Amino acid sequence: MDKLLKELVETISSSVMDGITSHEVINNELILNVTSDKIIEVLTFLRDESSCQFKVLVDICGVDFPERETRYEVIYNLLSLSHNQRIRLKVMTNSDNSIPSVVSVYSSASWYEREVWDMYGIVFSKHPDLRRILTDYGFEGHPLRKDFPLSGFVEVRYSENENKVVYEPVKLNQEFRNFDFMSPWEGAEYILSKESKDDLESDQ
Amino acid sequence: MSDSKISSYTMNFGPQHPAAHGVLRLVLELDGEIVERADPHIGLLHRGTEKLIENKTYLQALPYFDRLDYVAPMNQEHAFVLAAEKLLKLEVPSRAKYIRVIFDEIGRLLNHLLNITTQAMDVGAITPSLWGFEEREKLMEFYERACGARLHAAYYRVGGVHQDLPDGLFEDILEFCKHFPKLIDDLEGLLTDNRIFKQRNVDVGIISPEDALDWGFSGVMLRGSGVPWDLRKSQPYEIYEELDFDIPVGKNGDCYDRYLVRIEEMKQSLSIINQCIKTIPKGPIIVQNNKFSPPKRGQMKRSMEALIHHFKLYTEGFKVPPGETYTAVEAPKGEFGVYIISDGTNQPYRCKIRAPGYAHLQAADYMSKGYMLADTVAIIGSMDVVFGEIDR
Repeated sequence: MDKLLKELVETISSSVMDGITSHEVINNELILNVTSDKIIEVLTFLRDESSCQFKVLVDICGVDFPERETRYEVIYNLLSLSHNQRIRLKVMTNSDNSIPSVVSVYSSASWYEREVWDMYGIVFSKHPDLRRILTDYGFEGHPLRKDFPLSGFVEVRYSENENKVVYEPVKLNQEFRNFDFMSPWEGAEYILSKESKDDLESDQ
Repeated sequence: MSDSKISSYTMNFGPQHPAAHGVLRLVLELDGEIVERADPHIGLLHRGTEKLIENKTYLQALPYFDRLDYVAPMNQEHAFVLAAEKLLKLEVPSRAKYIRVIFDEIGRLLNHLLNITTQAMDVGAITPSLWGFEEREKLMEFYERACGARLHAAYYRVGGVHQDLPDGLFEDILEFCKHFPKLIDDLEGLLTDNRIFKQRNVDVGIISPEDALDWGFSGVMLRGSGVPWDLRKSQPYEIYEELDFDIPVGKNGDCYDRYLVRIEEMKQSLSIINQCIKTIPKGPIIVQNNKFSPPKRGQMKRSMEALIHHFKLYTEGFKVPPGETYTAVEAPKGEFGVYIISDGTNQPYRCKIRAPGYAHLQAADYMSKGYMLADTVAIIGSMDVVFGEIDR
């Protein structure tokens, strides 16, 4: 692990931050797991503490893990110019709970949070203006969720009869095909019927 | 006429306005001609790039990056291949690194030429864009000779670049670099001391270094405010460490300073290209491992194994070990980052694209508040927004 990174971990963990549940280093990048109710305190600390100085919120992004109990992760990418250091915070949440908005800490958070709301339907409480941002006016659903189909639900076209753009359910002349090219020797997961699964288990 | 007071005026700017640089719909609340609030409506060019990439192999995902900031396509590809290489822990051959840097800098020239000249057009000067586009066409010819496409290059590969450069290309690029400073001087002659250009840009859209950081600015928008921050220097990738170049910074953080920074960056880019071409080594241009790069056509005619590798690579693709990384490059517009989460399969589990223009445009409200309507045009022009990357 990088020496600077090690020092950073020590500063952060020594300054009794009960919001940080754990930390890990992947590919020489420091990741902190933070509880959602403490995110504002943690970010303010990281921004103002002289040994951190993470003045730039580079990005906020959501990730969907449908198989987990707390389904979504919200990831904050921070950058410190004075220490030339990057750090990543992760907050776990699900669609019932909201995360406090961090617009009060970083102005740039506003659109990033709007995007996460738009794409994943994660609510940011006390956000000054939580509207959809990238999708169409009147769009329904949250497209980056893993259960949202790639081809969507509606398609648009200009109707000569009605003289306006109309929305219609997606009609594919050919079903969308998702090929599984994974080698059967490494990695591919085959969906077995219940009988053959039982057979396999009894064999073992 | 009754003297009833008109409180405020709401106006739509775009999405079909030539000064909106694409499909920006800006809802402006005006008090007379003073902007009280600017609300950019974006997403009119949203194509769901991130969703599509989640359903493609790494090789298939690459061309989507050309279509983000279509003004400097290869710089985007660079961020993606760097991220994938980091996850795969691939060491790229030296020649490929040089080629990538050369084409990154050509991309920077392409971008700054377009931005400077359109910014000038926004404030009333037509000629620079006519001159600039002629040079852009020459640069795009270099793109075409390298990869066969003027715009959507799809030239970088995970592990190197697609093919080696044709004979004579370096000589022509050097020839271009010899004549290009003359054009920069001509552009400067038209703009730098131009009274109208200065009236429209000096002291317009000022942003302080603290505010620029708070709003997540990067690239020229940050350097124009006097913050010497460039990822090519501070977090160098490829061979930028070995190159000799300067980072120009502005003083006042207004539209005029950003223009000056871009002019100077073009000169630095020329110097980088010159240095690279002088020292570029010979050798392979992509990792010599058929698990990641296709075997030679000749080999495939004779070797069964090569044929299998080729087939597997273009159908299944390579698998990336589980992990995650945020990797950023200094694209012409600012920090372009790619955040990839891999779950060990041949497709990224999540690929978040961090576009610099998104953060910049967000501050349009903050920056144009209190300025005149016509200044908004200059501010948007100096922000260097391209909707391919903002809407994704």
